[in-house]
Amino acid sequence: MLNTQDILETINMIREENLDIRTITMGISLFDCVSEDEARLCDKIYDKITRRAEHLVSVGQGIEKEYGVPIVNKRVSVTPVSLIGGSLSPDGYLKIAHTLQRAARTLGINFIGGFSALVHKGYTAGARNLISVIPQALAETETVCSSVNVATTKAGINMDAVAQMGHVIKQCAELTADKDSIGAAKLVVFANVPEDNPFMAGAFHGVGEPDSVINVGVSGPGVVASAIKRAGDCDLSELADVIKKTAFKITRVGQLVAKEAASRLDTPFGIVDLSLAPTPAIGDSVAHILEGMGLESCGAHGTTAALAMLNDAVKKGGVMASSHVGGLSGAFIPVSEDAGMIAAVERGALTIEKLEAMTAVCSVGLDMIAIPGDTPDAVISGIIADEISIGVANTKTTAVRLIPAIGKGVGDSVEFGGLLGYAPIIRLNPYSPEKFIGRGGRIPAPIHSLKN
Amino acid sequence: MKAVITVTGKDTVGIIADVSAVCANRGANIREITQNVLGEYFAMIMIAELDGLKIPFADFVDELAALGRTRGLDIHTMHEDIFNTMHHI
Repeated sequence: MLNTQDILETINMIREENLDIRTITMGISLFDCVSEDEARLCDKIYDKITRRAEHLVSVGQGIEKEYGVPIVNKRVSVTPVSLIGGSLSPDGYLKIAHTLQRAARTLGINFIGGFSALVHKGYTAGARNLISVIPQALAETETVCSSVNVATTKAGINMDAVAQMGHVIKQCAELTADKDSIGAAKLVVFANVPEDNPFMAGAFHGVGEPDSVINVGVSGPGVVASAIKRAGDCDLSELADVIKKTAFKITRVGQLVAKEAASRLDTPFGIVDLSLAPTPAIGDSVAHILEGMGLESCGAHGTTAALAMLNDAVKKGGVMASSHVGGLSGAFIPVSEDAGMIAAVERGALTIEKLEAMTAVCSVGLDMIAIPGDTPDAVISGIIADEISIGVANTKTTAVRLIPAIGKGVGDSVEFGGLLGYAPIIRLNPYSPEKFIGRGGRIPAPIHSLKN
Repeated sequence: MKAVITVTGKDTVGIIADVSAVCANRGANIREITQNVLGEYFAMIMIAELDGLKIPFADFVDELAALGRTRGLDIHTMHEDIFNTMHHI
């Protein structure tokens, strides 16, 4: 039995507090497309993606209309391309990137993820060739997203890959310098990458996944922020309960949409990702939640504790609301995509060091942070190494998505538009890790006893 | 299945009549109406049974939204399941 108050609460969440489904992402395996012939491989990839996801956009729009909840993005993730490209030349991998772009255009989706490689213990020839063309692939395509997993808790950290990715990120930025270095915004470097993440730019379809699957990412920072505001001056135990209850409601909508989409597309339901994903829109900010909890500004001392509590409460509420939870599941703290984070960086309250500390207690990492365009490659690698080691040591996913803003420095900003937002360029530590990064090799997997 | 139709906007003569007429024409059976006028502001929640709906649900949603636009009202029609899943375990 529906009551008026429940109806009004739901409608208010959608219309006033920006509750939406951030993405329905269809994961598609490309293993059955493998071919020695480059042209045939590309044809099979195009055919499979456009056949499997043919109705993805229309089904998404149908659900959106029926349930009245916005579904912002419809996307596709595929098997990491380095695993199906085999012995292709770098040029062959570039052709696959263009094939993915062509398929995405046909489907009318805004991003396709999976131009990816897993090199946490070392490189295959395919991974090496793919990584070598990432900058070109991201500059020549608009919708293709790329990720590279450079470490796991069980394998340790591949520091050769960390060193290389510093260079690759810089190249991505340089090749798209005329577009505020947006190439780098489509590349994520991971530790402990999840195989069922629906969020871009890091989504790919893992090797243990079925032939195709529907994963859904919910959103709702605005809903949580409003609930905290309504809770008033309660203590933190009560506040944690308020967040849990709100997360439960948000996630139930995600579960409903995921099950409905899976059934209409005749595709298995995979997971609901519980992440609180902000957008640059006013009232859709994770930073504003933290400030609503009682911090003068995001970045103030106490921010890490507030974020840890928020992240934990969101998970506790969300887990009960969905039959399968996965992906990244936590609060995102992308600087450019969050109006409150942008403001905190601009007022000098939020630094890269604090952001790094925050990533130890939330998903997913140093995300969408603009850094000076003349940052040396080794410094970018140093930032990656620090962030990745947090993930490895704490058995969690962490990631790095940095945008070296070519031709710009601290005090300037970059503008991406849409969901990617804009970012003030953040100040970095001026000292060099070059010799450390230059050593290469692997940082061994951490010990899991004697914890301190 | 049931739908929840919410209507908000400036109060004028015949809002309920117009919304009900669309429901009747399209075979939607109105089960419940909660309605209030605060000052000049009209707010109504209507629950309609759609088993006899003669057109696709998406078209019904569009038709009511279009009626809202011509009358300066905000009319949203949503599948009841979104409310049920969110508020009932």
